[in-house]
Amino acid sequence: FNKTLKLLMLNQWLTVRCVLIPRLKSPGVKRRFRIYSSALLVLQWLTNKDYKGGERFLVKMAAPLTLLVILSVTIRAVLYRSSLAEVISERVEVVSPLTAWKRVVEGLALLDLGVSPYSGDVFHETPLIIYLFHFVVDYAEITFMLADVITAVALYMAVMDYNKQVFRKQKYALEADRYPLDCLELIRSPKEMYYIPLKVAMFYLLNPFTILSCVAKSTCGLNNAVIALFILTTIKGNVLLSAIFLSLATYQSIYPLTLCAPALLYLMQRQFIPVNFRRVSFWWFIAQYAFMYLGSLFVIVGLSFFLLGSWDYVPSVYGFILSVPDLTPNIGLFWYFFAEMFEHFRLFFLCVFQINVFFYTIPLSIKLKEHPVFLIFMQLAVISIFKSYPTVGDIALYMAFLPVWSHLHRFLRNIFLVSCVLLACSALFPVLWHLWIYAGSANSNFYYAITLLFNVAQILLVSDYFYAFLRREHHLSYGLYLKRKDGSEATLVLK
Amino acid sequence: MGLLSDPNRRRALISLLTRLNSPICVVCYMAGVAWFMGLAFEPFTLRTYMSENAMGSTMVEERFPAGERALTTGREFSAHKKKAGGMPVDWLVKTMQARGLEVFTQRFSRKLPFPDENKERYMVKGTNVYGILRAPRAPRTEALVLSAPCTPGDSNNQAVGLLLGLAQYFRNQIYWAKDIIFLVNEHDLIGMQAWLEGYHHTNTTGMDWSPLQGRGGSIQAALSLELSSDVITSMDLVLEGLNGQLPNLDLANLFYAFCQKIGVLCTIQGKLQRNDWDSVSGYSHSVQTMMLMVMKQASGRPWGDHGLFLRYHIEAASIKGINSFRQYKTDVTTIGRLLEGMYRKLNNLLERLHQSYFFYLMPSLSHFVSIGYYMPAFGLLAVILLLRALDLWVQLVSSPGVLSVLTPLVISHLTGVALYTLPIQFQEMAVEQFPVSETEAVVLTAIGYNVFLFIYIGWRVLKLVAVLYLAVLLGCTALINFSLGFILALTLVPVAAFVTPHVPKVLSAFILVILSPACTLLFSVFFFQELQELPVSFQEGWLLYLSVISQGILDHFLYGSLVYPLIALLVYPCWLLFWNILFWK
Repeated sequence: FNKTLKLLMLNQWLTVRCVLIPRLKSPGVKRRFRIYSSALLVLQWLTNKDYKGGERFLVKMAAPLTLLVILSVTIRAVLYRSSLAEVISERVEVVSPLTAWKRVVEGLALLDLGVSPYSGDVFHETPLIIYLFHFVVDYAEITFMLADVITAVALYMAVMDYNKQVFRKQKYALEADRYPLDCLELIRSPKEMYYIPLKVAMFYLLNPFTILSCVAKSTCGLNNAVIALFILTTIKGNVLLSAIFLSLATYQSIYPLTLCAPALLYLMQRQFIPVNFRRVSFWWFIAQYAFMYLGSLFVIVGLSFFLLGSWDYVPSVYGFILSVPDLTPNIGLFWYFFAEMFEHFRLFFLCVFQINVFFYTIPLSIKLKEHPVFLIFMQLAVISIFKSYPTVGDIALYMAFLPVWSHLHRFLRNIFLVSCVLLACSALFPVLWHLWIYAGSANSNFYYAITLLFNVAQILLVSDYFYAFLRREHHLSYGLYLKRKDGSEATLVLK
Repeated sequence: MGLLSDPNRRRALISLLTRLNSPICVVCYMAGVAWFMGLAFEPFTLRTYMSENAMGSTMVEERFPAGERALTTGREFSAHKKKAGGMPVDWLVKTMQARGLEVFTQRFSRKLPFPDENKERYMVKGTNVYGILRAPRAPRTEALVLSAPCTPGDSNNQAVGLLLGLAQYFRNQIYWAKDIIFLVNEHDLIGMQAWLEGYHHTNTTGMDWSPLQGRGGSIQAALSLELSSDVITSMDLVLEGLNGQLPNLDLANLFYAFCQKIGVLCTIQGKLQRNDWDSVSGYSHSVQTMMLMVMKQASGRPWGDHGLFLRYHIEAASIKGINSFRQYKTDVTTIGRLLEGMYRKLNNLLERLHQSYFFYLMPSLSHFVSIGYYMPAFGLLAVILLLRALDLWVQLVSSPGVLSVLTPLVISHLTGVALYTLPIQFQEMAVEQFPVSETEAVVLTAIGYNVFLFIYIGWRVLKLVAVLYLAVLLGCTALINFSLGFILALTLVPVAAFVTPHVPKVLSAFILVILSPACTLLFSVFFFQELQELPVSFQEGWLLYLSVISQGILDHFLYGSLVYPLIALLVYPCWLLFWNILFWK
C-alpha cells in the first residue's frame, strides 16, 4: 500500500510538473505524458510482488516462442532433407576448417580406428566435441537444431532479465529525477520493450545465416550455444556457472576469453562492488572469479587429456586458431593477407592481426564500464569480425542482439548504407566464388574485395551502434536539445 | 570518413540527393547509355596484344601442304555420310586408325524435354568418334582438342576432311608436347556435352552416354572448326559460350595474329574490321559489331560447339569459314596452315591461358573493351536504383512491418516458380488438346500465366524492397554475364525508378508491359536481325521470338544455361513487384 501511495504521489507530481512548466506546452506534451503514465503503470506492475502477474507474463510469452521454435525447426528439417544441404555444407562462408562437419566425420572415423583424430591435419575441433559426437553422431541433425534452440531460448531469457533491470534502473533514475526534462521521449516505454526478447529469439532462429550454419552442421552453432548460456548465467548473476561456461567457450575457440571483462563488470555491478583498483573487495571478487574460471578450465583441459591420452589437440586446435596455417578463403580478413605475405613477416603480422581481437577489450571496457551488456555485444561483434576463421554463424550471434538496441534507431546514421552493403555482399559471395572457382574467369581479388567490403560494413554497423549508444547516454545526462554557448543548436560529433 | 560521421555535411548531401533525385537519375541513365555507346569508339578502346609469353615470343613455321587431299577426304566422308544416313562411324574409325591415331567411340542418347522444331529432333541417338595423337615429347599430362561437327546434309564435310588431313600431317611431326584429340561429334552440342561429360566423369544433365575408353591429359584449349566450302573468303571467330562465358582473350589474339601473318581475312560477328573509325559509318560499324556480341552474350547460349568447353576451364573458340561473293579467296591449305600455326603455339603453353582478360567486349577483332571500362556503364544505371532507394528511405516515416512485405514477395516468387515449371508440365497436355505446334504451346503457357496481383500494403516499403532487390539481382547478373545484366538494367531500371501508385495508370501499365522482360526479348530478336542485316517482317519475327524462347528453355534443360531460370525465378517476380506498386490502392 505504501509503495502504491508513493507511486500515485509521484504520478500526480509529474502531472503537475508537466502542466505547469511552460517549456513543455508543446503539442508533444500529451504524447509524452501518455508515455510517462504508461511507464508508471508498468512500474507499478513490475514492482508488484504478486507473482500471478509474472506467471501470466511467462505463459503469454511462451506461446509465441514455442511457435517460433517449431517454425524454425521445421525450416531446418526441410532443408536437411533437400538437396541444398550438401551444397550449403560446402560453402566456405558457412563452414571454416575449424567447424566443418566433414572434418568432424573424418575425426570420428580416425577415432574409431584407434588413431588420434588430430593426426593428418584434417580435424581441428576440440576433444569434447568429438567425444560428444562419438555418442550422438546418428542424431547430429537434432543436436544442431537443439543447439540453435538452446541459444535462442537462452538469449530470450537473458534479454528478458536484462530488460527488467533496464526498466528498474530507469525507474530509479526517474524517481531520483536524474533525467533532464526534455529527454522524456528517450525514456523507453514497456510497450516497445515487451516484444524485444521474442524479437531476439526470432533474429537468431530465423536469420538466414543461422539457418545456413545449422543446415551445414557447422559446429559454430554449438559454440554459439555455449556463449549464449554464458550470457544467460551472467545476466542471471550466477558467478560459478558464468565462469564455467566462459571457460567452456574459451576452451572451444579461445577468443571468448575477452568476454570475461564484461562478465566481471556486470557481476560486480550486480553485487554492488565498486570498480575501483584500490578497493580490496574489487580484487577479491576478481580473484574469486579467476579461480573459478581457471579451475573449470583446468578440469576441462585435463578431461580432454584423459579422454584422448595425449596433448595432440593443443597445437592442433589452439595452434591452428592462432597461427592460421589454413588459408582457405572465408569471409574473414586473414586468408588473402597471409597468402600474399612474405614468409619472414608472417609472425609479426600474425601478432598484429590476432591482437586486434583482444586489444579493443581495454578501451571498450573503460568506456562502457556502466553498460556491460552492451559491452558483451560489442565484444561478440569484434570477435566475429577479427577472428581467424569467421563464418556467418558467428555473425548471426551478435546480430541477434540488434533488437535489444532498437531504441537507438533514432541515433543511427549509416544503417541504410550498412544494411544495403551487407545484403549485396551476401548475394555477391556465391556469385564471385562461382566466377573464381567454377568459371575461372575472375580471381581471388574479386572475392577478397567483397570480403573486405563485408567486414567494413560490419565495422561500420558496430561503430554506429556504439556511437548511438554513447549519444543516448550523453543526452540522458545533458538533455536532448543541446545548445552551443552562443545559443545555436549543437551537434554531437564522435571523435 | 568525414561524410559518415559529420552530421551537418551528411544532412546537406542527403538533402541534395533527395531534392535533385529525379534529375540526377535522368542524368545517370543518359550517362550510362552514352558511356556504353562510347565503348565502341576506337580511341576509347585498347588494342589487343598477346599477354601470354609462351605464345608471344616464339616463332613457328607453318608447312601444312595437303589441302587438296583434305578436300578429297572430305568428299569421301560426305559420300559415306550419305550412305550411312548419319555419322559414318566405321569409315571414320578406319580412316583415323590409318592415320596412326588411337581411335575410340562414344555412344550417347538423350530424350529432349519437348521436340526441338528448329533442328527437328526429339529422341537423339548418336556416336562421337575421336582419335588421340599421343605426344611424343612429354608425359601426356596435357591435351588440345580439335573438333569438327558431323552435321546432317551437305555442310561441314570440308571441316572433317581438313581435320583428318591435319591429323595425318600432325602425326608425322615430332614436336608435340601435348596430346592432340581429334573429335568428330554428332548432333552438335548434345554430342559435345556427352563427350565432355564422359571425359570429365561428370553427369550434370542426366544424359545417357557410354564411358570413354581412352583419354588424353587435361585439356588446355580447344578449337571447333566449321567449314562448308572448298574455298573461303574469310574466317569468322565465335567466342560466346554457355551463360555468356568467354574464353581468354589470348585465344582471340592468337587467331588474329595468325590471320594477319598468313593473310587470311578474319572477322568477328561476321563483320570485317574497318580503319575509318573517325567517320560516322566506321563508328556505326563498330557499334554494330559490339552490339552483336552483347546480344549473343546476353542470350546465354553457346554460339558454337566450343561453348560447352568453357564450363570445364578449357579455353575454346569456334572458327567458321565463310564463303561470300568477295573476289579474294583462300584455299584449304592456307586454313590448314593457320590451324597448324595456332596448334603449335598452343603446344608451347606452359600453363593454362590465364594472362589476358576473361571479361571483355570486342568492337572489332583488333580492339577490346575490358571490364574496367564497361562496368561504369552498368554502374551508372545501377546507381539510379540506389538513389531511388535512398530517397524512399528518407521519406519512410514508420518502420516497415516484416509480414506486409513478405506476402507480395512470396506470392510473386510463387508465380515465378509456376512460370518456371508450368511450360514443361503443361505443354504435353496442351498439344494433345489443341492443334497448335509444340513451341507455341510452351510459350503460350508461359505468357498466359501473367497474373495481376493486388496487395494492400504501404507501397513505399514494398518499393524500397523491390528496388534494392532489383539492384542486387542486376549487379549479380552483370558480374556473371555483363550483357544480360546491362540489357535488363536498360529496360527495368526506368520502370523501377518511375513507378509509384500516383502516376497515370493506363499509360504506366502500358510502359511497364513494353519494358517487361518478355517484350525486351521480342525487341532484342528484331534488333538482332536488324544488326545482322537480315530484317524480318513482324510475322516472321514473332515466330522467331517463339522459337528463341523454346530454345532458351531447351538450353536450360540440355546444357544448364541459366538465363531461363534467372528470368523466370528472379527477374519476372521482381517485375511483378513493380506491377504491384503501380496498382497499389
